[in-house]
Amino acid sequence: MSFWLIQSLNSLALGGVLFTLAAGFSLIFGLMRIANLSHGAYFMLGAYVGLSVIEAGHSFFFAILAAAVAIGLLGCIVERVILRRLAGNSLSQVLATLGVAFVIADCSLWFWGGDPRPVAAPSFLAGGVQIFGQTFPLYRIALVIFSIFVALGLWLLLDKTKLGVMIRASVDDRQMAQGIGVPATKLFSIVFCLGAALAGIGGIAAAPILSVYPGLDADMLPIALVVVILGGLGSLLGAFIGSFLIGFIYSFGQALFPDLAYIILFLPMLIILAVRPRGLFGKISA
Amino acid sequence: MLKKIHLKAVALAVTGVLLTPAVFAADKAPIRVGFLTIKSGALAAGGKQMEEAINLFMKERNNTIAGRKIELFVADTSGQPAVTKTKTQELVEKDKVQVIIGPLAAFEAIAVDDYIKKVGVPVISPSAGAEDLTQRKPNPWFVRGVGSSAQPSHALGEYAAKDLKYKRIAIIADDFAFGHEIAAGFQRTFEENGGKVVQKLWTPLNVADYGTYIGQIKPNVDAVFAAFAGGNGVKFVKQYSEYGLKGKIPLLGAMTTVDEGILPFMGDDALGVISTGWYSANLNNSANAKFVKDFNAMYKKDPGYYSMGAYGAALMLEQALKDVKGNIEDKNAFMAALRAVQLPNDPRGKVTLDALGNPIMDIYIRKVEKKDGKLSNVVIKTYPAVSQFWTYKTKDFLANPVYSRDYPPANNLEN
Repeated sequence: MSFWLIQSLNSLALGGVLFTLAAGFSLIFGLMRIANLSHGAYFMLGAYVGLSVIEAGHSFFFAILAAAVAIGLLGCIVERVILRRLAGNSLSQVLATLGVAFVIADCSLWFWGGDPRPVAAPSFLAGGVQIFGQTFPLYRIALVIFSIFVALGLWLLLDKTKLGVMIRASVDDRQMAQGIGVPATKLFSIVFCLGAALAGIGGIAAAPILSVYPGLDADMLPIALVVVILGGLGSLLGAFIGSFLIGFIYSFGQALFPDLAYIILFLPMLIILAVRPRGLFGKISA
Repeated sequence: MLKKIHLKAVALAVTGVLLTPAVFAADKAPIRVGFLTIKSGALAAGGKQMEEAINLFMKERNNTIAGRKIELFVADTSGQPAVTKTKTQELVEKDKVQVIIGPLAAFEAIAVDDYIKKVGVPVISPSAGAEDLTQRKPNPWFVRGVGSSAQPSHALGEYAAKDLKYKRIAIIADDFAFGHEIAAGFQRTFEENGGKVVQKLWTPLNVADYGTYIGQIKPNVDAVFAAFAGGNGVKFVKQYSEYGLKGKIPLLGAMTTVDEGILPFMGDDALGVISTGWYSANLNNSANAKFVKDFNAMYKKDPGYYSMGAYGAALMLEQALKDVKGNIEDKNAFMAALRAVQLPNDPRGKVTLDALGNPIMDIYIRKVEKKDGKLSNVVIKTYPAVSQFWTYKTKDFLANPVYSRDYPPANNLEN
């Protein structure tokens, strides 16, 4: 019994981490039609920035804020300075994001070094809770709740604001949206900035679990891809469901079929691609 | 550009003609040393520590060994065997290195084994423990500066059964050659001394999170033996504590699980972990005192597995070069000297090589304690002059299959 419960909680926690990572990725893809391969790097950089802020003596929440602002700004700059010049050429754009990822990874290694850096959870969340005689880290539960709030916030943004309407309209039919006066380039900047900021938030929020190390970016990017392919590109609901689905598949798959540990993530993706290429809730074919 | 090359070629040709005795010409040129390290991925932390040790060594020697300048060529393998192979080829064929220190990981060493044999370039492993490289498939061009993977875990297996009197142990280890071999050596001596390994968990090297694995550890074991490399120990030890197992089930570690290189990042979660290794920054000898002091002066931390491994490999290189009076151009004589290296005053204690090129050295059982405000591996027992074959006869040992995920078979697993 406790096995199932502990692993379920683990799945939820992992799902929470994945959602903050995948939501931005999915948004950017939905709007700009490019796979942002620097997304894992934003995630890692967010964690590093947060770490430095915490080490400078500030609170964990300030670190989240700082990571969001810093990575959001960086995303904005990348979009304006690099991606915009390559507008209309999505292959070049994808390659450019890959280049950005390499630059960020190398700069991080140079600046923060090669050692794995654990990040402490805020002190009031540092302990554990007892569940059927087993301890479960409190922070992971907090993270699930946090990710649900992030999801709610995003949903409100997309569903209840004018900006959200424009974004959704552009995702659904970009040409039509532009035709009726939705400012596409401005929207691209905003969404790319927002997506990057979300990745940054995800990075520092996940850091007490994953810690930060060179290569975290490369570890996370494929998982983000899997989530959005499973959930459906450009769909917030898809990213949400996909994240938690992957969380469960990953945790239980590793525990129940240890020999499949390496492919357990990609099996569902393959099946989805074969049976329903646009993903569970996707609007665009992958 | 063309002109430059042309000029260089002329200059080279002229010097060649002028300095006719070839040996003399060679003496003047720097010795070209290749260094394979890892700068990204889960093993990057280890790679950085290796590089730090090499840099310290070069600084101490003022880039000169046996009267000859050393030119160092550093290559990043990113911890992927395929890349390791191309980088090794690049070092040998493009940079024309005469000896290589590297690579870091066991599976990398296995990947370049054939190539090393083919081109015949002397290689000193600063870290890679892959058993068979000095056992069933000895490579005449390969010697190890560190212990084989299982060399320290044989000792811990016996210690856990005899001294700690543990009966039932769960093993959790990185799912790659190094982890398999460490776990296998531990299981063998532990079970031969009456213990039972009742659970084995293999975690992918780049696993994001150990939570799902820690949740599976059987609550009724006497101890957990955790074998992790690179930076993985940091994450594991922290989460072991977060899931409330610290203080409930004692934790045993391989040398790299609580290595000095990562101890500073671990915090009190690591206190009390008992591990095994061929080094501890606490060793009480003058060579080590100097090494630890210099290392701390330069990097403000203690050396560990990867630093000592690389430093030890450099010491072996130095001794062999001295023995051949710097004449590395006579490759066979140099290799013979390398295989016969003896380091009576190594920071680790006395180090000699066995007939297959693997060190015979003391193995230390260590416990993480707080010393002068920082975590430290305090030696609690020493097994003197341990070989890669432990107490087994070489012939018997080699008659068995190499240690792996499935060998020796785990007959006591419980589901």
